[in-house]
Amino acid sequence: MNIEERLLKGDKRACARLITMLESNDMEAVEILKRLYKNTGNAYVIGVTGPPGAGKSTLTDKLVKELRKKDKKVGIIAIDPTSPFSGGAILGDRIRMNDLSLDKNVFIRSMGTRGSLGGMSRATWGAVKVLDIFGCDYIFIETVGVGQSEVDIVKTADTVLMVMVPNLGDDIQAIKAGIMEIADVFAINKSDLDGADKTKLEVEMNLDLNENTDYRPPVVKVSAAKNKDIDVLLEKIIEHRRHLEETNKLEERRIRNNKMELLKMVEEDLMSLILDKAVKEDLLERLARDVTLRKTDPYTAKDEILKLVVNE
Amino acid sequence: MDRPIRVLVAKPGLDGHDRGAKVIARALRDAGMEVIYTGLRQTPEQIVAAAIQEDVDVVAMSILSGAHNHLFPRVVNLLKEEGVDDVLIIGGGVIPEDDIPFLLESGIEAIFTPGTSTKDVIEFIKNNLKR
Ligand code: B12
Ligand SMILES: Nc1nc2c(ncn2[C@@H]2O[C@H](COP(=O)(O)OP(=O)(O)O)[C@@H](O)[C@H]2O)c(=O)[nH]1
Ligand SMILES: [Mg+2]
Repeated sequence: MNIEERLLKGDKRACARLITMLESNDMEAVEILKRLYKNTGNAYVIGVTGPPGAGKSTLTDKLVKELRKKDKKVGIIAIDPTSPFSGGAILGDRIRMNDLSLDKNVFIRSMGTRGSLGGMSRATWGAVKVLDIFGCDYIFIETVGVGQSEVDIVKTADTVLMVMVPNLGDDIQAIKAGIMEIADVFAINKSDLDGADKTKLEVEMNLDLNENTDYRPPVVKVSAAKNKDIDVLLEKIIEHRRHLEETNKLEERRIRNNKMELLKMVEEDLMSLILDKAVKEDLLERLARDVTLRKTDPYTAKDEILKLVVNE
Repeated sequence: MDRPIRVLVAKPGLDGHDRGAKVIARALRDAGMEVIYTGLRQTPEQIVAAAIQEDVDVVAMSILSGAHNHLFPRVVNLLKEEGVDDVLIIGGGVIPEDDIPFLLESGIEAIFTPGTSTKDVIEFIKNNLKR
């Protein structure tokens, strides 16, 4: 049996190997996804984001266990930062999900961000398709909500779950500024600690400023460590899904997400095409020199580079 | 290979000594590898499941409790049963000299004992990958 047939049969090794191939930009894997794309579309994607240490992995573990009670097949993609110095990473999200390892209907994959030029979003979107074909009903993408490409990734989920914790202090400001708008459901985790009510209030007050009226993101206090109110949180996520489906917004959202994915891929491919050529032909070096020596101006030089890929 | 080497660093059994595993994990990260760390108290079954899902190039296990003769070969055999034959398996920790030949025989490709330089580990991994 080839890898394609094995994936369709739900073989974990095939699933794992395809994700590796996509991560290394292997064209054979892309060809497989072209053929199997028609088999995607069943999975519902939940993006889990929030500051480091908020309990995203622990909470994901508990939500998945809740979904397993409903006999859903689940995939998890857990993204952790790659060290910009060495290019290596320690991916530790599995520590919180160890009891899921042996479940036949759960697949967990850790990924490093591999630097902004590493094509993380493309690899993640590819992995989501693989897990969809593998037969997952739900796919979780866990990522710290910092950095543009990580925000881009979590944005393309069907439901974005923002995990907050009490006593974030000034951090809440930073989160407010960047990423609060993209959340569909808020979880105030670690509600076993003091201050959860205050955090909930702060989030609610922020939401009051929002003009979007047809859907107000719910704010749920939970404790992942104590396994408290996880069912309530899952219900809110499913309610959001229902809202999207009933108002026809799910398709709208997926069109928006696919637009983003397409643009991102075109952007990356164009960029590497241009860089490849410009660097190989020493064009970049020569033009930069000419601009510095005032032999030409940067705008003309830029057009010169663009001519490498554009005809008119 | 234009992708980072992926390594599962695992602590099989009930052994709570995790300093060595963490030292190794950090050293491998600093050498540019992607280390999946699963934490303490893993069963051989869990280690094999994680190795498969993460599609790692290397399974690196650490034991200081004395249970190596039982747990290391068990992981090797489970991987074999799953048909995984392209993963490098290494181990380390407090392991008596006398036990090492048996472990090597059973399919662990190298054993690193206290005092090991992380450089040697990195070197060994890079030179012995199976794919
Ligand atoms: C620190 C220590 C502890 C700490 C552990 C803290 C922690 N979180 O790790 C504490 C105090 C908690 C502890 C407790 C116990 N300990 Co203790 N402990 C030690 C000690 C002194 C040092 C271990 C250490 O951290 N070394 C530093 C690290 C960096 O070195 P390392 O682990 O050896 O790793 C290096 C190499 O071995 C190798 N390596 C290790 N793993 C791997 C894996 C791979 C893949 C590779 C490539 C390389 C590699 O590379 C590393 C870098 O060089 C050792 C004695 C010793 N000298 O080894 C005893 C020792 C391991 N402990 C021992 C015992 C018996 C215990 C207890 C059972 C004591 C008790 N009765 O309560 C408990 C059990 C704890 C538990 N839950 O399992 C015995 C084990 C005996 C045995 N194997 O038969 C030892 C050997 C002491 C002895 N001589 O009796 N211990
Ligand atoms: N007190 C408390 N601690 C928690 C809770 N959920 C997670 N933690 C702890 O918070 C730490 C970070 O959790 P983790 O899931 O790894 O966070 P992540 O970085 O957001 O994925 C761990 O030590 C968890 O045990 C909770 O509900 N209450
Ligand atoms: Mg995490």
